[in-house]
Amino acid sequence: MTSESTAERAADVRVDLRGTPCPLNWVKTKLRLEQMNDGELLEVILDDGDAIRSVPRSVKTEGHRIVKVTPVGGDFSVLIEKRGEGCGGVCR
Amino acid sequence: MQQKKKGSQDACDVQASNLKAGGFIPQRQAGKVTIRCKAPGGRLTSERLERIAEVARTYGQGVVHLSVRMSPEIPYVDLSDLDAVVSELAQAGQEVASCGRRFRVSTACAGCEYNPNGLTDTQGLARAATERFFGQDAPHKFKTCFGGCVRDCVRSRMADLGFQGMVRPRLVADNCTRCGLCARACQDDALTVDEADLPVRDTARCISCGDCIKVCPFDAMVVGEIGHGVFAGGKHGKHPHAAYPVAEFVPDEQVMDVIEVTMDWYRDHGRRGERLGDALDRVGLDSYRRALKMVVGERLLTPADIGQPKWKRIFYAGLAETFPPYADVGEEQRR
Repeated sequence: MTSESTAERAADVRVDLRGTPCPLNWVKTKLRLEQMNDGELLEVILDDGDAIRSVPRSVKTEGHRIVKVTPVGGDFSVLIEKRGEGCGGVCR
Repeated sequence: MQQKKKGSQDACDVQASNLKAGGFIPQRQAGKVTIRCKAPGGRLTSERLERIAEVARTYGQGVVHLSVRMSPEIPYVDLSDLDAVVSELAQAGQEVASCGRRFRVSTACAGCEYNPNGLTDTQGLARAATERFFGQDAPHKFKTCFGGCVRDCVRSRMADLGFQGMVRPRLVADNCTRCGLCARACQDDALTVDEADLPVRDTARCISCGDCIKVCPFDAMVVGEIGHGVFAGGKHGKHPHAAYPVAEFVPDEQVMDVIEVTMDWYRDHGRRGERLGDALDRVGLDSYRRALKMVVGERLLTPADIGQPKWKRIFYAGLAETFPPYADVGEEQRR
């Protein structure tokens, strides 16, 4: 499955986290991902600022895959593919 | 562990070699000393930690103090028990640290092993530096530390010689979806997007933290180069001194040579009782920079480099008025 085809699929679950402060936005994203099956897509809507700086980074570190990032007004929609295992290291 | 045999040894009989290396700090209580344990990077095995605890219970008062530079210290040990304590610690592989006018145990943050922000193997470097230089004599104390990134939790900007992990990001344009997250993640206005929505990095503003790499979902912003920023001449104490940034992107394999050349310069130029920062100010930073250049070459920072906004951004805000600090470098060398 290419990222292009995944990116065109509709999200299985959608959560609007605008107005949810850090780190609660990441906690809610993580808990939601835990309830989903591998390969399912979660769309989270995040505020600009701290949220968009930190949540995608945590998603990556946990080993999930971000397939699409789209601006929504001044905020962002982030489409995440659930992956089972964390990847660990980021830079090395 | 054996039971303590109190008063088994006269204080005068304590082995001189145990005292000479340092690591024994006299207390205000007569006949009592604090034993400073060696723990490069603040890291200990659970076995050593347990042995320290046992020794503190048996020979001290059951308390341990963590020194400001990450050494576990056992207070209230009788001077007459010194040899027994050293021997019992050694049985668990726990050595005693140093004090006085010499190279001290290196401190370090957690580094890249498990800390999400760490870029460099600070723990490994702290062990290697301590292994090689520990206890070497110097004009005054000489403190080194290793920070894994520019957040500098370990305060390399206040060490006699501090190393700070830094990363130069590289763009793989083919992977970039133009989402713009990297520019949003940058807190130093170093990334902007061009007409084609591709990120463009301002090298004069980029502080080499790597936040753009960590946030990029598509492996488009990747690690270009990882190295160490080097800060020399810092200290705290009664007369604190902020360290001079002297080199950047120094690779792992040059770190020990940087320490060596700095210790050599310090021993050649420093007066007894004078810290490195004071020696640099008295002799002139340029003298040290010439020596350092023999090791780091083009990675030596110039006054022009120091004039870039990034160095001021990562320096102490309260000292911004006096930045850049290369006071002795002649005007003709400033661009």
